This record gives sequence, C-alpha cells and structure tokens, in this order.
Amino acid sequence: MAAVGDLQFQEFDDAENLLAANRDATTISIGDPNEKPTNQRRSLGNWSRNADSDKTELLAGQRKSAAFWTFEYYQAFFDVDTYQVLDRIKGSVLPLPGKNFVRLYIRSNPDLYGPLWICTTLVFAIAISGNISNFLVHLGQPQYHYMPEFRKVTIAATAIYSYAWLVPLALWGFLMWRNSKVMNIVSYSFLEIVCVYGYSLFIYIPAAILWIIPIEWVRWITILVAMCLSGSVLVITFWPAVRDDHRRIAIATISAVLILHALLAVGCKAYFFDAPQIEVPGLSGSIASGNRTVTAVKTH
Amino acid sequence: MAEADEASKPLFAGLSDVSISEDIPVEGEITVPVGSPSHDDEYSTLDEPVKETILRDLKAVGKKFGHVMYPKKSTTLLRDWDLWGPLLLCVTLALMLQGGSADSKEDGGPQFAEVFVIIWFGSVIITLNSKLLGGTISFFQSLCVLGYCILPLTVAMIVCRLVLLGGTGTASFIVRFIVVVASFGWSTFASTAFLADSQPPNRKALVVYPVFLFYFVISWMILTFSPSHSDGATDTGP
Repeated sequence: MAAVGDLQFQEFDDAENLLAANRDATTISIGDPNEKPTNQRRSLGNWSRNADSDKTELLAGQRKSAAFWTFEYYQAFFDVDTYQVLDRIKGSVLPLPGKNFVRLYIRSNPDLYGPLWICTTLVFAIAISGNISNFLVHLGQPQYHYMPEFRKVTIAATAIYSYAWLVPLALWGFLMWRNSKVMNIVSYSFLEIVCVYGYSLFIYIPAAILWIIPIEWVRWITILVAMCLSGSVLVITFWPAVRDDHRRIAIATISAVLILHALLAVGCKAYFFDAPQIEVPGLSGSIASGNRTVTAVKTH
Repeated sequence: MAEADEASKPLFAGLSDVSISEDIPVEGEITVPVGSPSHDDEYSTLDEPVKETILRDLKAVGKKFGHVMYPKKSTTLLRDWDLWGPLLLCVTLALMLQGGSADSKEDGGPQFAEVFVIIWFGSVIITLNSKLLGGTISFFQSLCVLGYCILPLTVAMIVCRLVLLGGTGTASFIVRFIVVVASFGWSTFASTAFLADSQPPNRKALVVYPVFLFYFVISWMILTFSPSHSDGATDTGP
C-alpha cells in the first residue's frame, strides 16, 4: 500500500504534447457537442435548449427495435403527448423563416397520430361542408331535393388518404435517389415526410368550413391564404434537402410539391362544392354530382 | 440396508441409502369416488329452460343500458362486457337510417352496410388508437363501451323519425337539431366517463377527440336523414 505522501496530484500534459511523444497512441476526444464532425450531424440532429430534447435524442436509438409484426413497434409511432401534437399543429400553420418544421417540432419523434386523425377529420369536414354548402346554394329551388350524398365521403377519403401517403412516398423515393447522386447534408426519413405532409393538411380543415359561405371570391381567398401558409411550411422544410442539387432540379421539386398541394385544394373545392350560380333548370339532374360544367352555362 | 454410523451422524444420512424391505406390502386398491350429480357445485346452464337463458342476457344488456343513460363512474360496463348490446343498437340504427332517400339512380343516404361498417370499423380504429397511445383498457371492453354509448343516438333517431312523420318543415328541423345535439353531447359525455380512467393522464385529449369525431359523424347521419319523397315537391329543409 502506498504511503500517504506518495499520493500527489499528477499533472498531465496537454493533449498535443502527449501526442507529440507518441504519434500512434489512440486518442479519445470528448468535446463540445456542436463540434461534432459533419457526417454525424445527420443522425444526431441539432441540440436545442428544450428539456426533453436530450431524452428524445437518447431514446431515438432505442426505438424501433421491436419486430414489425408486434404491437410495440407501432406503439412507438404514437409516443406523443397532447401538448406536442398541439405544438406541431401550431408549427404547421405559422411558417417561420429559418425554422425547419422537422428539426424544430418533430426532432426524431415522428408520429402517426397527427397525420391519421387530421386526414380523417379533413375527409369528414370536406364531405359535410360540401353537403351544407350545396344545400345553401340550392335553397329555395323547387326542383332540388336534398340528399346527404354519402358516396362522396368515400371519394373524399380515397383522394385525401392517397395524397397523404403516396406523395410522401414519391418525394421520399425521389430524395433518396438524388441523395445517391449528390451528397446532401439533410435527409429525411419516410415517416418524417409523412408527418410533415399530414400536419400541413391541417390548414384545410378551417378552410373547408369557410367554404360553406356561398360566395365565390371568399372561397378563392381562403384557398390562397391556406396555400400560402402550409405551402411555405413545406417549402421551408424541403428546401434544405434539395438546395445542394442542381438548380433546376431543386426548383422543379419544390414547384411540384406546391402544385400538388394546390391541386388537392382546388380539386376538392371543385368537386364537393357547387358554384353558387343559377343553373339552367334542364340540368337539374346533374346538380347533385356537382360538376363544374354548370358554371359554363350562365343564365344571366 | 441402512447402515447407521453413530460416530459422524450427518443430517439425513439415512436417506442416502433407502431400500424397501420385502415384508412391507405395497399393494392395494385405488378407486376414485364418483360424486353424485346432486352434490355438483356448478349450476349447469345447459339444462335450464331457454327463456331463462335469454332473459338473463337481456337483463344484463338492460342493466348496462341503464348505466349508459345515467352515466357515473362505474366499472360495470367494463367488468362484464358483452357485445350483444352494441350489435342490437347498431342493427337498429342501420335499419332506421336505411329507409330514406331511396332514389335509386342518385346516391342518397347511407346504406345498411355503410352504417354498419362505419360503426364497427370506427370503434375498432378508436380502440386501436387508445391502446397505441398507452391505454390500459382491453380491446373488447373498449368496443363494448363505445357500442353501448350509441344508445342516446339511437333514441334520438327514433324521435327524429317520429317528428318526421309530422312534416319536414323548418320547425321539425329545429326540433330534430336540438334532439340530435343533446344526444350527441350525452353519448360523448357517457363514453368519456367510462373511458377516462384507463388513459394516461397527459394524453386524455388525444384519446377523447376521435370519440368525439365518431359520434359527430353518426349524429350527422341521423340529422340529415330525410325520408324518400315520391314527387319532387317543394322542400324547404332536410
């Protein structure tokens, strides 16, 4: 046993000096997290100041270890609290330049609760609002018989669910393909893209309710405002993923995202909401199906 | 032969070498006493009259109806769950919703199959959602609660049909609207009273919202039910 006097604090030299002595020694550097090398940034993400960011970063590696046929695998996608869902919804309608939706709100915890229930609510909101709006538009016309057009719910569901799943799939595949050609700093997983798209559809729910008002220019203004808000969230999210690519491909990708987003809104409005104009009595049989050719036949 | 060593007698030493001597008889009779049926503890439900069987189930269903109409925090619905009540309510609702707007060429109200699918598929999705969010309720218990809480809406449907017999004007629409809104609130309140305790505390709103949407869609189907007209006469309201 060593004597007490031998227990002196031993001064260690600086790392460089020690390394100068022995070039081949193995070294471990434990530095500031922000100094981590670039190629690790993709998996670690940004360290933000929120309290639960550490927990989610640590747990991110532990998730998805269950097999895909077990219940626990899917439980990992519903690991959100009420305030988190509300925060994500808020983030999807308030685009802040420079604040990436995925980095800020999702942070390696993509959930399927938001996309699933926002899409379901949107389906019913569009179907019900369309029904009410048609009723108000044709109020007082003698040959109009009100029917709850229940078939339209199925059509709305198909359209919205395929938009919410197939477009992210296509975008993810496209980004993966470009990633193999051009090294991008930022890349998103499939679930994160589904999450962004699901939450970006939220703005259309109040828009669909506002479409009940049978005034044409109100509807168009609503579409424009909704498009601007959620479209800019999408642009801010996906611009970092494509900006390292060729200029034309980047612009084309972003425009495709925006055009599809607009097409969904305009298509829903056209199909489910009749134009508030007086129709020719002879076309009363086609009122219920809400086709737009009626607007071409104006009686005044 | 057991050799007893007195000098160093460890515990259980005698057991290490056990043999049975031949003069101990190992034979006998093994009989199982057959109990007479009169001493049976279980009451065999196979022998009772059919009326009793049906009445017992109907009474259980009726008791649960009572719990739904006066919802207070009780575990009866959860403990003895059954799916007879939900099936009965679902079939009744679907039959009553089907009889209207039967224009064969235009699409009208929901068909029987559509109502059935919406109710059962919706209940399954809500139950899965609740379990995925970490709820401790079992699958069938949740189906049972959601199905039983359709009872106020079924009552509203019956009332609406009776009101529609009197006419389809604006007054009947207002009456029907109030009845449907009241029963929608009742259903949602009853189901959250039963389901509340089994949810994790910071996700209660996430679980309640789909239930709200589910009953809202059913209420919408009830409210927009319009009986078929033989002529396209003046119709000022749904």
